Amino acid sequence: MIGLPQLYALAGLVFAGWAAATLLDRQHNARLRGSAFWALIALEFLAGDGFSDFAKGLIVLALVALALAGAPGKGRPATSSDAERQASLARHGNRLFLPALIVPGVALAGTWLFPKVTGLVDPKQVTLISLGLGAIIAVATLMAWLRPPAGAAVQEGRRLAEGVGWAMILPQLLASLGLVFGLAGVGDIVGALAPLAIPDGSRLAAVLAFTGGMAVFTMLMGNAFAAFPVMMGGIGLPVLVVGMGGDPVVIGAVGMLAGFCGTLLSPMAANFNIVPAALLNLPDRYAVIRAQWPTAVVLWLFNTALIWGFAFR
Amino acid sequence: MSSLPSLWPLAGIAIVVAGFAVRANPLAVVVAAAFGSGLGAGMAVPEIIAALGKAFHQNRYVSVPWLLLPVIGLMERGGLSEAARALILRTRSATTARILLIYLAFRQITAALGLTQIAGHAQSVRPLIAPMAEAAALRDDPALDEDGRNRVKAMAAATDNVGIFFGEDIFLAIASILLIKGFLESAGILVEPLQLSVWAIPTALAAFAVHGFRLWRMGRRR
Repeated sequence: MIGLPQLYALAGLVFAGWAAATLLDRQHNARLRGSAFWALIALEFLAGDGFSDFAKGLIVLALVALALAGAPGKGRPATSSDAERQASLARHGNRLFLPALIVPGVALAGTWLFPKVTGLVDPKQVTLISLGLGAIIAVATLMAWLRPPAGAAVQEGRRLAEGVGWAMILPQLLASLGLVFGLAGVGDIVGALAPLAIPDGSRLAAVLAFTGGMAVFTMLMGNAFAAFPVMMGGIGLPVLVVGMGGDPVVIGAVGMLAGFCGTLLSPMAANFNIVPAALLNLPDRYAVIRAQWPTAVVLWLFNTALIWGFAFR
Repeated sequence: MSSLPSLWPLAGIAIVVAGFAVRANPLAVVVAAAFGSGLGAGMAVPEIIAALGKAFHQNRYVSVPWLLLPVIGLMERGGLSEAARALILRTRSATTARILLIYLAFRQITAALGLTQIAGHAQSVRPLIAPMAEAAALRDDPALDEDGRNRVKAMAAATDNVGIFFGEDIFLAIASILLIKGFLESAGILVEPLQLSVWAIPTALAAFAVHGFRLWRMGRRR
């Protein structure tokens, strides 16, 4: 059965390809550090199952140290010139858009088809497996159609990965921090403290403490899923539902959305806010947050009003 | 206040806030926060390192979408971004505001149907939406400077986020709906996913109105 292990092996091979390509790039500004950075990620993905947790932790610390020392750096991955791209556009025209449909198409077909064929794909991982399969099919199609040099897939991937830079490992590291916070009991403490922030008896103050707590704790943790059990357990259920007779459906559903407003404001939500800024080569790391904060604030007010107005009928 | 737990595990949160406020490298902030909270909770250093390693390994799925980088790089090599720009230059009615409005609606509707993976920052914003929005902005205002172009690109990414966040909860089987249902169930309150997802609709409409208004105004100011 195809599951996560095969997918991780594929990702490990891609990282290993970037390590090798970096090592061979004589014009790279951090050749050895950059190569070591990709090689360590590849090692973790390909062989991490065989290491102790402590050894894997040392790999994480080494990755962060390399990143602080300038990895992955920037090299000169072979790519096409502006003139070559214009020539390709003149030759292929709007057909260039078609390969962009392969990954979404495979994701769509896989999500629909894989669950019907029992035993082929791990049913819990259909989305990610479809993504990986889409990537393989798209690369094969593009290589066969456009006929770039043999190593182009590795080089073009590395060009974008070097553009993203150290932020490549930030989302995975932040998700790990969430687990460490959980082990240290951070959520339990915040849940115990949260009700203390509410003045006695005021419904509006209680709703504000709940939606405000969802937004702020989501900002601190980087995702609303970590904040929800804490705030719902600390304020939502005991104060709003049990104490004031509020509707748990409205409070739960809209409370989660109030948390999403916090996600839009938080650098801790790296894959939504920091990584896109890097992917688009924006000089300001917080440019995406700056672009979306007014939307987030207005929608947080809207969600707060929604609970205040409709949860207590 | 003797019933309060020890506050030392919150050290990590303080480190996160301070670290981002002074714009320290986020990777260093995260590692420092893990050690802060771990030590505050009485864990030993090797224990914290092992916890980080174990968590990093468990969270490998977070990095799987990087598999798309070679695909996007190859498409760009073939001139995809140039094709997107050329299309926009030919289609004068496609203004920056309209392109992003259509993308916002597309992202909300497909996310509401559970199709969150068919678009995204790597799949669609970088190779298609951002170049299109930027080309339209430059066509309609040739004097647009670097800052202005970067603001348009950042708004393209922001539009993707707003679209998926306030569309996906309308879908019944999305993780957040199942989390709410599970949490309420453990407290003895039984609810159907449909009851919850219906309550995502008002905010989805408000998100389209609010962000759509901001996109429209962005177009007007130019």
